[in-house]
Amino acid sequence: MDYTSIFTLMRAEVTLTAILVLLFLYDLLAGERARRHFTAVASLLLALQAVATAFPAASGELFGGMFHYEPMHAVVKSLLTVGAMIVCLQADGWLRDAETRHKQGEFYILTLSTLLGMYFMIGAGHFLMFFIGLELASVPMACLVAFDKYRNYSAEAGAKYILCALFSSGLMLYGISFLYGTTGTLYFDDMASRIDGSPLEIMALVFFFAGLGFKISLVPFHLWTADAYQGAPTAVTSYLSVVSKGAAAFVLFTTLVKVFAPMVEEWQTVLWIVTVLSITVANLFALRQHDLKRFMAFSSISQAGYIMLAVIGGSSVGMTSLVFYVLVYMAANLAVFGVLSTVEQHSGGRVCLEDYNGFYRTNPRLAVLMTLGLFSLAGIPPFAGFFSKFFVFAAAFRSGFYVLVFIALLNTVISLYYYLLIVKAMYITPSETPIATFRTDRYTRISLALCTAGVLLLGLVSAVYDGINALAYGL
Amino acid sequence: MDFTILILLLPLAGFLFLGLAGMKLRPRTAGAVGTTLMGVVTLLCYWTAFTYFSAGRDASGVFPTLMPWNTVWLPISGDLHIDLGILLDPISVMMLVVISTVSLMVHIYSFGYMKGERGFQRYYAFLSLFTMSMMGLVVATNIFQMYLFWELVGVSSYLLIGFYYTKPAAIAASKKAFIVTRFADLGFLIGILVYGYYTGSFTFTPGATTLAAAGGMIPLALGLMFVGGAGKSAMFPLHIWLPDAMEGPTPVSALIHAATMVVAGVYLVARMFPLFIGCAPEVLHVTAYVGAFTALYAAVVACVQSDIKRVLAFSTISQIGFMIVALGVCTSDDPHAGGLGYMASMFHLFTHAMFKALLFLGAGAIIHAVHSNEMSTMGGLRRYMPLTHVTFLVACLAISGIWPFSGFFSKDEILTACFAFSPVMGWVMTAIAGLTAFYMFRLYYGIFWGRENRELHAEHRPHEAPFSMTLPLLVLAAVTCVAGFIPFGQFVSSNGEAYTIHIDGGVATLSLCVAVAGIALATWMYAREQQPVADRLARTFSGLHRAAYHRFYIDEIYQFITHRVIFACISTPLAWFDRHVIDGALNLLARGTNGAAYLIRGIQSGSVQRYCIWFLSGALGLTILLLLIR
Repeated sequence: MDYTSIFTLMRAEVTLTAILVLLFLYDLLAGERARRHFTAVASLLLALQAVATAFPAASGELFGGMFHYEPMHAVVKSLLTVGAMIVCLQADGWLRDAETRHKQGEFYILTLSTLLGMYFMIGAGHFLMFFIGLELASVPMACLVAFDKYRNYSAEAGAKYILCALFSSGLMLYGISFLYGTTGTLYFDDMASRIDGSPLEIMALVFFFAGLGFKISLVPFHLWTADAYQGAPTAVTSYLSVVSKGAAAFVLFTTLVKVFAPMVEEWQTVLWIVTVLSITVANLFALRQHDLKRFMAFSSISQAGYIMLAVIGGSSVGMTSLVFYVLVYMAANLAVFGVLSTVEQHSGGRVCLEDYNGFYRTNPRLAVLMTLGLFSLAGIPPFAGFFSKFFVFAAAFRSGFYVLVFIALLNTVISLYYYLLIVKAMYITPSETPIATFRTDRYTRISLALCTAGVLLLGLVSAVYDGINALAYGL
Repeated sequence: MDFTILILLLPLAGFLFLGLAGMKLRPRTAGAVGTTLMGVVTLLCYWTAFTYFSAGRDASGVFPTLMPWNTVWLPISGDLHIDLGILLDPISVMMLVVISTVSLMVHIYSFGYMKGERGFQRYYAFLSLFTMSMMGLVVATNIFQMYLFWELVGVSSYLLIGFYYTKPAAIAASKKAFIVTRFADLGFLIGILVYGYYTGSFTFTPGATTLAAAGGMIPLALGLMFVGGAGKSAMFPLHIWLPDAMEGPTPVSALIHAATMVVAGVYLVARMFPLFIGCAPEVLHVTAYVGAFTALYAAVVACVQSDIKRVLAFSTISQIGFMIVALGVCTSDDPHAGGLGYMASMFHLFTHAMFKALLFLGAGAIIHAVHSNEMSTMGGLRRYMPLTHVTFLVACLAISGIWPFSGFFSKDEILTACFAFSPVMGWVMTAIAGLTAFYMFRLYYGIFWGRENRELHAEHRPHEAPFSMTLPLLVLAAVTCVAGFIPFGQFVSSNGEAYTIHIDGGVATLSLCVAVAGIALATWMYAREQQPVADRLARTFSGLHRAAYHRFYIDEIYQFITHRVIFACISTPLAWFDRHVIDGALNLLARGTNGAAYLIRGIQSGSVQRYCIWFLSGALGLTILLLLIR
């Protein structure tokens, strides 16, 4: 085996590990003054890494097929890195608090460990590798959720998250063991040709799906979501809702298409049911939420349902629209979470819908940015969210899922209603005690500018979609 | 000719500047900005006309059709696209001259007339917008661009008619004008879509093959387009908005309701003239009958109105009827054989724009002096306002068709074309011309001679208008005196070739005699202090008089149809259905959604054990389902 190809095909993983080590050393060695620029250093390193690994190289495999590299993987991985970078920028204000200042390094190392785990999930060519990646993405995530461990909510959320994660991992491992039992292999490539759809394999498919459904938070595997999102620090919530979810959705697509190709009818049925449930149930719950972090949890579940519309056809158009959807969703959701998090920082923890009454009067710019993000999430033209929704609908429609598309369209009406509730609160509803006017810090401003540019431009610049489309592959 | 784009851009810039920054300026400054811009535009238009016509004819003996600027604005499919651009041909250049002249005069006149009005700056902004839209309409390179500017014209006239937005009558009038013309525009739009669908383009001159392919649909499309034109040009029965639109400021009436917007329908028919002649001569003749009836109807109504602006409004409707008739009686595109009407119509459009603007501006000066529109407050004003009196008389002579004023020449050409079409049409139009002379001089005597309202004038002595108002009157009067001698046929004719106007002796004598007879009758009835004949006639034919005064109850018929028939029988039940059935169903759905949200809230209990049970049962449920399906 040629070990130099580790540095070409695994360059994303290698560079990320290097960053991890660098930040670890920085945390150990940097003095009080240097630590003030921790966020800048970390974000800059991540940005460099994203740019350096974004350009696709020729596909290949390592370690006898344990690890795969496809050009599309490079795009998705650097997309996730950008997401993580924006989260780091938005976390700065919170990390400077007295309670968390001393463990700023931990935050980066935990975050980047989960990111590394997602990289391995994406690149895996063997179920063992996949499972290690999954666990690497899950266990540090629980630590992140419980990062404010002296706050009851955070600790409780961490406990719930790790318990549910363990449960789903166990179920998934059980399913994988069925697969090993029926096919005698754990390599993706070999397994695809040996699967024949026996009852045991159907069970394996569902258990495997449930494990990933947990990460993507699809109904009925979603119940941890609201509690964890609400309890976790806001920066972690946005990381969970965007990066973690996007990675898992992409992995679901590739494994279903690659490994479970012979069982396409079965997993399409599962996806059909789960998609309808996710979009509808999440919308119904979102209608009644007052805590905006909880609200965003249900919004993210229904958005996950829309992402499944891209998966269900299994076509290469589906993959394009999936990656594009994740990209746009990332921009819009991080814009909303950026505002939520900075408001929480500056107002002493106000995150309820009622707290946002009269927000436009006191903080007009943030209100406009938040509105843009919400409009994009709701899919109102000409914002990027409209185009991404259009593409996933078109992908599902082209694969013949007319009823599903119709149900999803109906649900966009409901979602429009609850997204506009926030807009209404900000602009119309008056308030006795509005959130006071404040100035956002530099890092938040950069992150919001990036997100807003994404919301405004991604849909209109067709080169983005075309570029992703050139690398896509499917059934 | 690249500078022609400025003809559109300068008024647009004026509108944006005055609209956005106008309130920060002093009223006079805002007016000066608008007027200066308009002056520049007028010079540009004159320069365009000069260079265009002096460049001469091309090899085939016609003035070339130029497109100094054109861009594809909205591609729809391979061939079908909507362009924006500037098209110069004899009629569009002629219209540029007319619009810019009248608009400039109105800009200057408004300095005096609108002095001290609230919203002076806004007024000038709207004038600029209107001028820009009207210019865009006439230079349109395709039917869709024409439609776009057509609607802009509608919007800006709505804004101008409703300028006195605190006056309920003005609001009602602006709404009426907008709704009636929009209703007609629906026909126009459908016509355009039919046209675009069957010919595959929106150009004015599709190729012979596409026309042959479109076949029988072209007459339908042209007929529908004429509906739109009839709405803007106030043809019966879509004329009802024009008299009410007199609620706007008088200079606006001069600009919109005399010279520019109302002739848009005539211009539309002239623009589509080759298609009308080539594919749908029968539709063209229908327009002639509509025009003739409108001319007669409006002339009769004008004879008994007492509001001077309404008399002028109905005379406008009647004169536009003349123009439409002239176009409609064409039977070929050869001006020597059945195509004379085209030139006559455009000529009359040109002369009418000038003398009708003069009449309206003169009426404005009178209203300015006596603060009322009613003829009963006037009479004997010749002593107080000599300048207005003379210019008004010039315009009255012109519209009556007295040599050597401009109206004589253009009306003579129209009558000649009508006699060539059919003797009946010729005689009817001649009679209407006589009626025109009668009611115009009834108006003239009613204002300047006749019964003077001495009490009122003693209390408030009428005075001559300021110079800013009399200057436009003098300019327009001068134009009216000489415009008839312009060799119009050398510039505009139905097939583009030079045509020398020659006066048909018989027709000229006849029309002069009729006009003089009309004037003489009016003099006999209305010139003196005592008017026994007029009073007796009004008493004897009181039914007819009242009917004509109420414009033959056309407005009441509309009122009945819209309120009693459409609103009561269709709209009210539909509103009930909407409120109770559709809204009810949606409310039910919303309540159901909320209820469902309430019902399932128990799932989200917060206990991890429950979560795991749901998780596992979900997975097992899916497995069982899949196994059952298999």
